[in-house]
Amino acid sequence: MLNYVIIGNSAAAIGCVEGIRKLDKDTPIVIISDEPHRTYSRPLISYRLGGQTKHDKIFYRGENFYTDNNVSTLLGKRVAKLNASSVTLSSGEEIAFGKLLVATGSKPFVPPMTGLDNVKNKFTFMDLDSSIAIDGLVTNGAKSALIVGAGLIGLKAAEALLLRGVAVTVIDMAAKVMPSVLDDEGSALIKARLEQNGAKFILGTVADKFDEATAYLKNGDKVDFDVLVLAVGVRPNTELVKEAGGEVGLGIKTDKFQKTTLDNVYAAGDCTESFDITAGKDKILALLPNAYLQGEAAGVSMAGGEMPYDKAIPMNAIGFFGLHVISAGDSMRTDGKVYAEQIKDKSGNVTGYKKLVFGENKLVGYILIDEVDRAGIYTSLIREQTSLSDVDVTELEKSPRLMLYGKSYRKEKLGGQV
Amino acid sequence: MKKVYVNEEWCLGCHLCEYYCAGMNSGERDLVKAFSREKKPLPRIRVEEGTDVNFAVQCRHCAVPYCVKGCITGALSVNDGVIVCDQTRCVGCLTCVLSCPYGCIVRDEEAHVITKCDLCLSRNATPACVEGCPNKAIVLEDRE
Ligand SMILES: Cc1cc2nc3c(=O)[nH]c(=O)nc-3n(C[C@H](O)[C@H](O)[C@H](O)COP(=O)(O)OP(=O)(O)OC[C@H]3O[C@@H](n4cnc5c(N)ncnc54)[C@H](O)[C@@H]3O)c2cc1C
Repeated sequence: MLNYVIIGNSAAAIGCVEGIRKLDKDTPIVIISDEPHRTYSRPLISYRLGGQTKHDKIFYRGENFYTDNNVSTLLGKRVAKLNASSVTLSSGEEIAFGKLLVATGSKPFVPPMTGLDNVKNKFTFMDLDSSIAIDGLVTNGAKSALIVGAGLIGLKAAEALLLRGVAVTVIDMAAKVMPSVLDDEGSALIKARLEQNGAKFILGTVADKFDEATAYLKNGDKVDFDVLVLAVGVRPNTELVKEAGGEVGLGIKTDKFQKTTLDNVYAAGDCTESFDITAGKDKILALLPNAYLQGEAAGVSMAGGEMPYDKAIPMNAIGFFGLHVISAGDSMRTDGKVYAEQIKDKSGNVTGYKKLVFGENKLVGYILIDEVDRAGIYTSLIREQTSLSDVDVTELEKSPRLMLYGKSYRKEKLGGQV
Repeated sequence: MKKVYVNEEWCLGCHLCEYYCAGMNSGERDLVKAFSREKKPLPRIRVEEGTDVNFAVQCRHCAVPYCVKGCITGALSVNDGVIVCDQTRCVGCLTCVLSCPYGCIVRDEEAHVITKCDLCLSRNATPACVEGCPNKAIVLEDRE
């Protein structure tokens, strides 16, 4: 067979290589990515900036990964067009493929804002190069930052910059932080933790206009900054598939083997839609574990095997200054039973909470803040859609323990092969 | 491959396995000394107590390891069937805690990393929990 070609060099791409190599040890794989670096962990760009990890620890796989897996790389090259059995690079070069994976991830979404062109030090904080560039500015004396967008990426950038001693202001159109993941109570806890560590929030407003180093907000405030981070949102990179005539909805559409509607073309990761089994609908799940699992499933299929990826659920593990949040499934659902409990410290202050959301005889979502140990036991109940008739619900509400399962489960799972 | 299994009929719920695990993996051979340190050593095995049954549980070294597949840094990997964590690459994001169906990833809050059972590979010895169990409820067996 002809080469496998993968566009992208991140979690989904690496999952695909590892999936292919389960079945096919020989056929060459070509990875094409417009980023010049060997595969690195995208989430670690904030940890690198904050000094929480070192540059040489940000790489997602070891140095020999490509040679060990018979992968050749074309880095710093952009795919401009997808043809029936080849891709065309922006240089004009054509690379033929037998099977292709599109793992192009997402791109930042920057709404039009007056005067943005005047700002020199602006970044979207989506890649290693932006992290390195901001690092350079801070090292050279940048003292203040404005972050537009209080989602995961914006707040991770805020944490990193605060750790570097930079004065950080975060603004968002929404009235709370991380609105897509957290309810009001959870959101308030995260905001408070960041505030305790120096962050200033201006919520419920937008930037109207920019000068080179000043933002004028709609509410009348004026914020000066040395560095501007635009983290309003991300959108899937679907153009290549769309222009080639493949089906695209919110993201690239695939079947459960990650195949697109185009012959021999698969897609995985942030650029695709996934069927969220907890919400019962297609969604963009722009998360690293999802990207890897989809990539791996695609790789196995491309190599002729079958590994359906049909248990996609939203899930998040995030932390800011030691306050951890773990959530999974449809945790914002309000039409079913909800079990909620606050977690307090010795003086009675609320430090976190537990919220379990139930659907038709099953757990469909949860949020744990501060006390997050063994959360995966809950995730598993959701992922496997375990019937509540098979578990001890009182035990389940108390804490995530395997004791909630019956004896036969324990015999099978703890006593046998899993 | 040989793995650690716990026979819940025999588990007394005495928690000795936790002490042996934590102590032996702290690098200090003397348990008393290990537990007198300022930073208490962390067990990678955990005893669950119930009304009429107790059992210890630690990493199952799953064939489909969600922790490894979901690890955002690449710190977790499978080494000859044993799931291991390179703590120098772990940032303590806890995606593995979110992913593990058995609740077997242990947080080291102070060091901002996770730790987990590696079947005592790093000690190059029979697992401390197996050796220390007074009722032989914890065994190292090949059940494949
Ligand atoms: C700061 C930050 C923090 C994050 N934290 C977390 C977290 O804690 N947990 C979590 O689960 N997720 C997190 N994420 C999200 C996570 O990084 C993504 O879900 C994951 O990287 C998706 O992997 P992917 O392989 O689908 O795509 P990506 O990682 O987006 O990689 C796609 C690659 O393809 C390249 N590419 C695109 N188009 C082309 C083309 N035409 N030609 C050549 N190359 C192309 C891109 O440049 C990019 O390098 C974070 C993201 C950011 C930015």
